[in-house]
Parts: sequence; structure tokens; C-alpha cells
Amino acid sequence: MVGYRKERLDRGIKTRADDIFALASYREILYLLLPRVLPVVAFLILPLILNIYWTKVMLLSCIIALLALSWDLIASAGMVSLGQALFYGLGAYTTGVLNHYFKWPIFITIPLATLIGGLISTFLLLPALRLRGIYFSMITLILPLIFIRIVEATGIFGGIEGLSGLSPFPNRWVEVYLAIGFLLLFLFGFRRVVNTDYGLVFQGIRDNDRAVMSSGANIYRYKAEALLLGSIAGAFAGAMMTHVYRFVGMPSFALDLSLLPLASAVVGGIGTFAGTTLGAFILVPISEALRAFGTLRIVFYCFMLVIFVVGLPEGIFHYIQRRYHQFERLVRIE
Amino acid sequence: MKEPFFLYVNGLSKRFGGVVAVDNVSFGLRQGESLGIIGPNGSGKTTLVNLITNFTKPDSGKVFYRGRDITGLMPYSIANLGIVRSFQMVRPFYHLPAFKNLIIPLRSPRVMKQVRGGKYGERDEVAIDLLEDVGFERDSFVPYKMAGTLPHGYLKRMELARCMAMRPDLLILDELFSGMSMSEVASTLPIIERLREEGKTVVMIEHRLRELFRVVDRVIVLNFGRKIAEGNAREVMEGEEVKKAYLGSEVELE
Repeated sequence: MVGYRKERLDRGIKTRADDIFALASYREILYLLLPRVLPVVAFLILPLILNIYWTKVMLLSCIIALLALSWDLIASAGMVSLGQALFYGLGAYTTGVLNHYFKWPIFITIPLATLIGGLISTFLLLPALRLRGIYFSMITLILPLIFIRIVEATGIFGGIEGLSGLSPFPNRWVEVYLAIGFLLLFLFGFRRVVNTDYGLVFQGIRDNDRAVMSSGANIYRYKAEALLLGSIAGAFAGAMMTHVYRFVGMPSFALDLSLLPLASAVVGGIGTFAGTTLGAFILVPISEALRAFGTLRIVFYCFMLVIFVVGLPEGIFHYIQRRYHQFERLVRIE
Repeated sequence: MKEPFFLYVNGLSKRFGGVVAVDNVSFGLRQGESLGIIGPNGSGKTTLVNLITNFTKPDSGKVFYRGRDITGLMPYSIANLGIVRSFQMVRPFYHLPAFKNLIIPLRSPRVMKQVRGGKYGERDEVAIDLLEDVGFERDSFVPYKMAGTLPHGYLKRMELARCMAMRPDLLILDELFSGMSMSEVASTLPIIERLREEGKTVVMIEHRLRELFRVVDRVIVLNFGRKIAEGNAREVMEGEEVKKAYLGSEVELE
């Protein structure tokens, strides 16, 4: 009787590092490059293959992914945000106001809104930087809700009806490729930032902020900078979508915009940015595909969420990554 | 009075609700000296360190460092002045490899001022050297492992390395030896002795008195937040009040 046993090999830590070891052979190079190049190629080709409806879905996925990236960067500095809608809404309203009242063209208003939205969000959250954990989260949850009520009560910037008829993008290719381009920019940019010596301080704050202070780093400055970087990504998402919808209004601060990025991060895997992007590109299309179920859509959607979270609590990306770095083979047992 | 002292603590007090954790404690420390702080559990040793480094705001009292009043400075500013403390409860940066844990102090304004340059990757070598100094096996995987997976003894020594990475002038070690094995303590003691020879001022909080008395010149004894004795180790331990504080538990000295 000949039996087989599964043997699992883990690639050594040194060979896994992107170091001189990696240049030893073309297989090593491919091993490192493939998981990075394939998704990029897929992103660039997909809009050419998909029909208009699914291209829109992809655009929406990019936007949610941007908000999720923003969430992940802020979380990497130990701040759990429940209010991504704040960044989105401030970016959206800034570009809306500049475009509607001043008639500025979109290639000026979107960059301006990205910066101004990010700066205002960071400024508003500065007093909360001393709070930790759930107390910080509560503030972020409340701020977008306050903005909704302010707009509703005072009627500024179009009030309940919002501002409509804003300038559109030249065509749908610009829309989707701009979103994809910035998604890739923020994805690889953030991945790089958190792994530099500078970004390690963010991660230190997440794990133990007292030890970081004892190591001489001004944690409040670092937290503010993490917030600024993250909120810029969020504000860009908001500014872009405003000109896709050609409308800005109270829905720009909606709770969905806070919850969907959080769900994407949890489903995809926290802390790697690629995971949160993957999460967004799983959840948003699923949500669209479930539209056939009508009112029951939310039930099925939540059911899927439960399956993901219970089945892979570490996140889909972490699971895939671990399997990628492991080799399994069958060994004969005599 | 305070001028000749490197560190001078004047009447620090802290009250938590009804408990007086630190009660009007004063002491002075000269450059290059090493001081032990001992006392039973709950006597306020760690709180005293927290007050000096301003991780806890004192109710009253002042701290002078090189003749300058540093009371109320932010903890990171105090660290950048050269007063670096370790934590009794080791909580490393779990999600970072061990050597990356040291990048954060190596990136502090204090170290960056002393060491020019430091592009991506250059600090890694320094970090691994520091880990080797505290007994990490350089050519093994240990320095590259996630800090969260390391055993407690390694984490304690990594905490010491984190403090050394700051190039401190005054090192405050809060129960460094607690939870270390005998052999780890034996290999860590020479490191502290070497730091002393380099002229660093060291304050140690310790329960392992035999090891402590090998490296410190002087001890102060706390009980219920009050300083009950100060002076040469052997004399202090003979004191009636100190014996009472340790409540009959025979203090052995060699």
C-alpha cells in the first residue's frame, strides 16, 4: 500500500524580499512581477472589453476602491475611520461649488477640490487626533452626518436639491481611465509610502503609540499627515464622481460611502492596499449583479458579506498571498 | 542646588483618585552616574518614570534636565533631548519585522541630526547591528521575523535596543530583567555595564536586586509613593524602614 502525504514548503523570508536575491533568475523575477503586472494589465484592458453598463460598474468600483485605499492608509496609522463620506463629500462639494458658481473648467476644479477637500477634512479632524480607538471613530462617523444636516437646514449650495448640470467629462473613456489611473497611482503610491522608513512610523503608531513617542516621533504630526494623504484620495474620488453624475448634493455625505469602503477593506484584507482594492472590486460588482433580486438584494448582499467574513476572516487577499508564497506537493509514504 | 545635577527631580506628586501614587519625591542624578529605583509592587516606581518622561502629567513638582525645566514637554520632545525610557510591558510594533522596529527611533529628529543621510535601506544595516549588540543572532532569521512572533526575552532585549537606537544620554530602564531567563539576564548585564562605561547615565527600576546592585552606584527606595531611603545599596537594605517595606521577605545580598 502506497500512501501520499501533503508537504508544504514556505518560501524563505530572504528570497521573498525584493532584493538582489530576486535577480537570480527569470523565474524569480516573474515570481515577483506577475502578481503586480497582471492586475495592472487587467485594469487597462477591461474597459475595452466590457459594455457600457459594466464599465460604469467598474468606474464605481474604482471610486469605492479609492475610498477604501484612503481608509486603509488612515488605518495603517492606527485610526479607524467610519466617515469616509466626509472626504468624499468635501471633495464633491468643493468641485461642485467651484464649477457651478465660478464656472471653472473641470481640469482645474478637480485638482483644486482634491487638495482643498483633503485639507479641510484634515483640519476638521485635527482636534480628534488625541483620541484613540473607538472615540476617534465616533467623531469621524458624526462629521459627515453634521454636514448633511447643515446643508439641509441652511439651504447653502443648493440645499436639499443640490447643484445639478455641472460640467461633464469629454467622454466615458476619459472618465474610466482617469479613475483607473488614479486608482493605480494611489494603490502603488500608498503601498510604497507605508513601507518606507517614513511610513514605518505610521505602522508603529498603530501598534504602540507610546513606544513611538518614546522613540522621539511627534505622533500627532504623523497622524495628521496620514489623514491628509488618505483624505486626498477620498476627496479625489468625490470630486471625480461629481462630474460623472454632473450633480452634487446631500447623497455625497451618505452613510453608504462610509460603510462600503470599510466592508471592502474587511472582505479584501486590511493593511496591504491591494486587499482593499480587491475587496471593492468584489463587493461592488456583486452588489450590481444582485439587482435582479429586487428588494431582496440587500438580504443576499449581507449574506455574501457574512460568508466572506466568517470564511476568510483574515481577508481574501491575505489568503491568496499566503497560498502564493507556499508550495504544496504530494510526498510518497512507503 | 539644581545646577550641578544632570537630572533633578523636585517634589513630584501624582494622585490617582484616592491613591497617592507618587508623593513628593525628589532626587538628583549626576552625569555618568547610575541609579536604581526599588520598592515593593505598587510603590510608584513606574509612575515616577512616567512623570519624569511626561507620559503622565504630574500634579505638582518639577523635573530639571541639564539645568533646564522640562516639566510639561511632550514625551517625544523629552525623548529627543536624550531621555529615553523603556516600557515594563513590552508591546513591540507587532506587525513589523524585528529590525524594522528600530527604524522608528533611528528616524527620530535626534538621531537624524547626529547621523546624516539615511536613504531607504541604509538604516536597516544599523538596525541589525543594534539587534546583534543585544544578542540577536545576525545570520539567522530572527532579526527578520515579525516582532509579534518573537519570544518574550527577545522582545525585552529588542526594547533595550530600541532605547539604544535613540543614542540616549539618560537611559531609564523599567524592569528590563523581568521575565528574562537567567542566561538572558547574564548576557544583558554586560551591555548595561558597557553603556555605563560609555558615559551614559542609567536609571534602572528592578526587582532582581542582586543583578541591579552589580550595575548601580546608588539606590532609592519607594514605598506607597514616598521615598523612604536613598544611598549605597548595602546600607539602604539594612535600614529598618526598608526591611519593613519588604515585609519580612528576606532580602539576600550575595
